[in-house]
Amino acid sequence: MSVLYIMIPAALLLAALGIGAFIIAVKRGQFDDLDTPALRAVFDDDETPTKPTQSDSQGTKQDSA
Amino acid sequence: MQMVDDMSPADIQCDHCKLPVPAGLIEPDAEHQFCCTGCKSVWNILHSSGLENYYAVRDAINPDAQRVSSTQSSYEELDDPAFQSTCVENLPGGYAQTELLLEGMHCAACVWLIERLPTVCQGVVESRANIRRRTTTVRYRPDQVKLSDVAAALDRIGYAAHPARGAAAREARTKEDRKFLIRVGVAGAIAGNVMLLAIALHGGALEGMADTWKTTFRWYSMALGVLSLLWPGRIFFTGALAALRMRVAHLDIPIALALAVGGLWGSYNTIAGTGEIYFDSLSVLVFFLLVGRWIQHRQQRNASDHVELMLTLTPSSALKVNDDNTTSRVPIEAIEIGMLVEVQAGASIPADGLIETGSTNLDTSFITGESRPMPAKIGDEAPAGATNLRSPIRIRVTAVGDSTRVGKLMHLVASASGEKAPIVEFADRIAARFVLIVITLSIITLIYWTTAADLQTGIELATALLIVTCPCALGLATPMSMSIAMGRAAKAGILVKSAAAIESLAKPGIMILDKTGTITQSKTTIVESRCPDELLALAAAVESHSNHPIALAIADSIDEQDRPTATNIIQAVGSGISGTVDAQTVTIGSPNFIESIHPLDPNTQATITQMIVCALTPVVIHSTGLGLGLGLGVLGIGDPIRQEAPAAIQALQSAGWDLSLCSGDHPKIVSTIAEQVGITTAWGAVSPEGKADRVRAFQSTTDRRIVMVGDGVNDAAALALADVGIAVQGGAEASLEAADIYLTSPGVEPLVKLVSLSTHTMRTIHACLVFSICYNLFVAVLAMTGIINALIAAIVMPISSLTVVAMSTRKWKG
Repeated sequence: MSVLYIMIPAALLLAALGIGAFIIAVKRGQFDDLDTPALRAVFDDDETPTKPTQSDSQGTKQDSA
Repeated sequence: MQMVDDMSPADIQCDHCKLPVPAGLIEPDAEHQFCCTGCKSVWNILHSSGLENYYAVRDAINPDAQRVSSTQSSYEELDDPAFQSTCVENLPGGYAQTELLLEGMHCAACVWLIERLPTVCQGVVESRANIRRRTTTVRYRPDQVKLSDVAAALDRIGYAAHPARGAAAREARTKEDRKFLIRVGVAGAIAGNVMLLAIALHGGALEGMADTWKTTFRWYSMALGVLSLLWPGRIFFTGALAALRMRVAHLDIPIALALAVGGLWGSYNTIAGTGEIYFDSLSVLVFFLLVGRWIQHRQQRNASDHVELMLTLTPSSALKVNDDNTTSRVPIEAIEIGMLVEVQAGASIPADGLIETGSTNLDTSFITGESRPMPAKIGDEAPAGATNLRSPIRIRVTAVGDSTRVGKLMHLVASASGEKAPIVEFADRIAARFVLIVITLSIITLIYWTTAADLQTGIELATALLIVTCPCALGLATPMSMSIAMGRAAKAGILVKSAAAIESLAKPGIMILDKTGTITQSKTTIVESRCPDELLALAAAVESHSNHPIALAIADSIDEQDRPTATNIIQAVGSGISGTVDAQTVTIGSPNFIESIHPLDPNTQATITQMIVCALTPVVIHSTGLGLGLGLGVLGIGDPIRQEAPAAIQALQSAGWDLSLCSGDHPKIVSTIAEQVGITTAWGAVSPEGKADRVRAFQSTTDRRIVMVGDGVNDAAALALADVGIAVQGGAEASLEAADIYLTSPGVEPLVKLVSLSTHTMRTIHACLVFSICYNLFVAVLAMTGIINALIAAIVMPISSLTVVAMSTRKWKG
């Protein structure tokens, strides 16, 4: 039983660490926006720009100029 | 990508927005088809930047979403130093950061595209979107790119950008939100740990436990419990103190009382080594109450964020005319008296002024409530906030900011808001009686048990009573039910800024409606037609050459491709228009104008009179070429009543609401409309100040709640003054700010929904209250008779809390 003398403070220390980490996370704004990250994860980051056809890219340049 | 050859024109879709391409815009040789140049430029930008994945992504996620398109503004005003100094943050390393509100962001594909901004715009380092607030935070290098170019780039990919003003206020709010969340988290962690210790203690009490262990566990419980009361639980004490100082009842008072007495007596018992310690119940109580408040807080923040976005979408720049006759875009704050300002057709007037060049029609409904466009010529006054409908004008500024008519009205709004009696929330009203009863019972318990047994037992049982009767159901069920109601309302397009408004709407009171936006469609159209279709087509052809609202209404009644072509257009300002179509001369105008060229038969005269009685504007069409009886037609132009309005109004009336109509429009129009929808009280030609006076007059004669529904600046003071102000879609900035509730869809139906939702919500809260009173009575009897102990309290309390939470999620059949 006397192991509890160590275990309770150890458990409370762990809880305190958890709270500390939580506070840091909140202060850094990780909980400010709970909606966008869910949407962000929908896509892979590796964009593979498909090669535009010749006529396409020319038309594009003229139009955007 | 459609092949044009093997498809009929109706099947051709825009490659960007998927809407059908108008026949005139189809390019038979092109591989890609677009419905407008906006779509075309967005499509080209995306493809030239390798972002065409957007289309695949968009179609996978949300094939039916409304498409975005570009406005092609220049955004010069964002480069103004005055704006830059307040809204742009300079970061170390030569970066700058600012937040932009975006129109049209609604799905994952938008987020994806907006965050690819660095690929589209050189010099932008990062773009972080926030879908809930519809903003993006842009980090860029000011030495490489101007902010106006960044905004223009966002615009080009289809999201019109607006600067987010009020950065300081927003930052303060973010800080507050974070603090709140930390409190909830800390309270939860402490509650969990204290519960673990309590399980050991209660188990030990049943099984037998060595005293040294018991004392150790009790001391740990006390340390954690006191921490919970002093850190996250502190807001209850500060709230109670503030309420006491203001001498108002507040739910925090009974909560703080229970927490304080429980905490003190528990600490005494821990130190003395006797009796119960209660810290498990107390810390769970703090956690549950905080969760309830946090949920409600988030819901309210959501609603006000949406309203804030709406505010920012109002124009914030003006076109200044320079000495060399060129124009440059300046922020609205930079306009001074005596400046010459150009106002484009369709733009709103930035400051009060006199028209120097040009003549046009002004829509002043924003300010006066008069829905008919007013003609304005050189020398006429152009009030700030009015919309220029027809052609560009230049005005010499006579008043800016607060001294304009709008500015003065805004002052009226501010003072009306101050005058408004705050609604004491339901929970707080109950709390006042609650405190009294609980304290009386505790004192009785204390005295009885002190005389019957000893002081120790007396304090023990009185404390137990205070804790078990802590108004958990009120503290938890009210915010939960309210936030659920606000969530449901938001889904139905109703944004609720204050929970108290829901309570006020639950009991039928007096509702004052403004005509436009609720009962009528606020759109000029043909309401009644006594005109052959052939003749109408001819008229539409001629009218498509004019910008007058009535002309537009006639032109829009016939599809563009079905309209014949009109030539020889001659406009007689203010009275009519004529033109040649299919070799016939078609003349359209007021009855007097037509009578001057062609006599009107008695039948037509009667029709015209009847239309005037129905508050419609009669327009006569005359053509020279059609057969007998077909050459003359009369149209009744007006603002038609929404189809569902009479039924919805009847629903409100049968629910016990007294409805009245109050508008700045002509009294005859107002009374006719009131009659048509079944409202008995109606006032027309009411000034903005007059509307506020009506509300005040009602308030002095009745105790019932006054609800004002309106949309313009002209309603803002009345909205602020009324017990509940409801602003309707398309409303002006001031009305948004003054109102408690904002309806994103026009019409009376949302009001019916809102009232039904409020009634449902208050019923749920009452049910929770009855439950918790029964529960409290039961445990109070247990406590007073000395049967209850800390174990029972610890078990029953969370169960009762969970029960009320379950009850508050009751279904609403709306």
